[in-house]
Amino acid sequence: MSKHEMPLPRTESYTVRLDVFEGPLDLLLHLIRREEMNIYDIPIAVITEQYLAIIRDLSALDIDRASEFLVMAATLLGIKSRMLLPKPPKAVAEELGLEEGVDPREELVRQLVAYSQYKEAAQELRQREERMAKVFTRQLFLEQPEGPAPLQGLSLNDLVKAFEEVLKEEWTWREVPREEIPLREKIREINFRISRSPHGVRFRDLFSRGGSRLEIVVTFLALLELMRQRRAVVLQEGVFGEIVIRRVLVSETATGDAGDDDET
Amino acid sequence: MIWNHGKAILEAILLASPEPLSVRRIAEVIGLDEKDARILVEDLKKEYSQPGRGLLLQEMAGGYVLTTRPEYGEYVEKLLAPKGKGLSHAALETLAIIAYRQPITKAEMEGVRGVKVDRSVETLLERNLIREVGRRDGPGRPMIYGTTKDFLTYFGLKDLSDLPPLSVDTSDAQLILRNREVSAGSQADQAHENEDEHQAS
Repeated sequence: MSKHEMPLPRTESYTVRLDVFEGPLDLLLHLIRREEMNIYDIPIAVITEQYLAIIRDLSALDIDRASEFLVMAATLLGIKSRMLLPKPPKAVAEELGLEEGVDPREELVRQLVAYSQYKEAAQELRQREERMAKVFTRQLFLEQPEGPAPLQGLSLNDLVKAFEEVLKEEWTWREVPREEIPLREKIREINFRISRSPHGVRFRDLFSRGGSRLEIVVTFLALLELMRQRRAVVLQEGVFGEIVIRRVLVSETATGDAGDDDET
Repeated sequence: MIWNHGKAILEAILLASPEPLSVRRIAEVIGLDEKDARILVEDLKKEYSQPGRGLLLQEMAGGYVLTTRPEYGEYVEKLLAPKGKGLSHAALETLAIIAYRQPITKAEMEGVRGVKVDRSVETLLERNLIREVGRRDGPGRPMIYGTTKDFLTYFGLKDLSDLPPLSVDTSDAQLILRNREVSAGSQADQAHENEDEHQAS
């Protein structure tokens, strides 16, 4: 039984948790189903009222998700008001770009119908996923990249702490990054640096001063990715030793296969 | 060529192949024409589907694959670690949209889902279920995404046409929308709704 099928009390204060819904469309579909509305002829005033009552408390959501629900609230109110107002004279309608005889709900309904289809398709995919979860093929054996353990002499927690230290330092933060910093590029950059230094590169030296905070974060992510791909190893000698990043040598991988090297 | 001999060879190359094996490839390697190769595969598949076997021969991602039987999944899981957690609802919905509408941009995905898709897309990329297939011409030259071969094996699909059909035709012509007169209809609507609300409370 999906969490959406729980019966909700029709009292003034809804105690529905908004985070069980994938978004405003999901919530609207829930209301339509619960109230047994005809999706092609939604009573807009009713659904708007119920929607607003449910989203009364957005404090549990982060700002992005909360704003998505608010945008839909505004949309619903807009549709409702357009349905209540008399049709504007032809001249005004043309100026506003409104088509004749178009139901103000049409766009929303189209969106809801489309979304519900993909939601249903996702359910079917989920069933397939569950079926396949019990099935194994040889391809699986090749999933995990081979190579030495990426962390030696320290734990992941230690590495994270070291990163937090880097963040705390007083860099000259350039708050607004100049441009996008693709992960791919950072990966290439780090790979190049550790290739050139056989004894490794110090962790702190990976991060360029004068860069933006975003760049610092992307650099760390790039390092993690290289570790995941078993192309870099992070070492610490002794409890307070320097943390060093080293390239994985070809001889260290079981197959002796260097994997894809970046063109430099 | 003796038929059973061919079946034995097929079995061997199925195990050895790191990827789903296409009929064409099978034909090439064994030295048959494609029609015979297909019959050979079907024959072996039938053998595996007999009770008492631990494997199945399935068609997936454009070729044939030997898989373990789901009923013995728990033992295989004991041997290897259990398969990673399934996808979240959000990722699955996003993936469905991409699968049916590919190639598609993030903005278009968000248009359908009504919410941001950045996190879902990152997860799906990480799991290699989708990939960047290029950029769309026009302002911003946004990235477009499509599904991968791993997507097919993850869900046990033969190819994209094996996706379950969508329930309703999305073409606008099919949408039966009652095109009421906005002014007249809405007032009747409002009266009707007020009535409903009073009855409900």
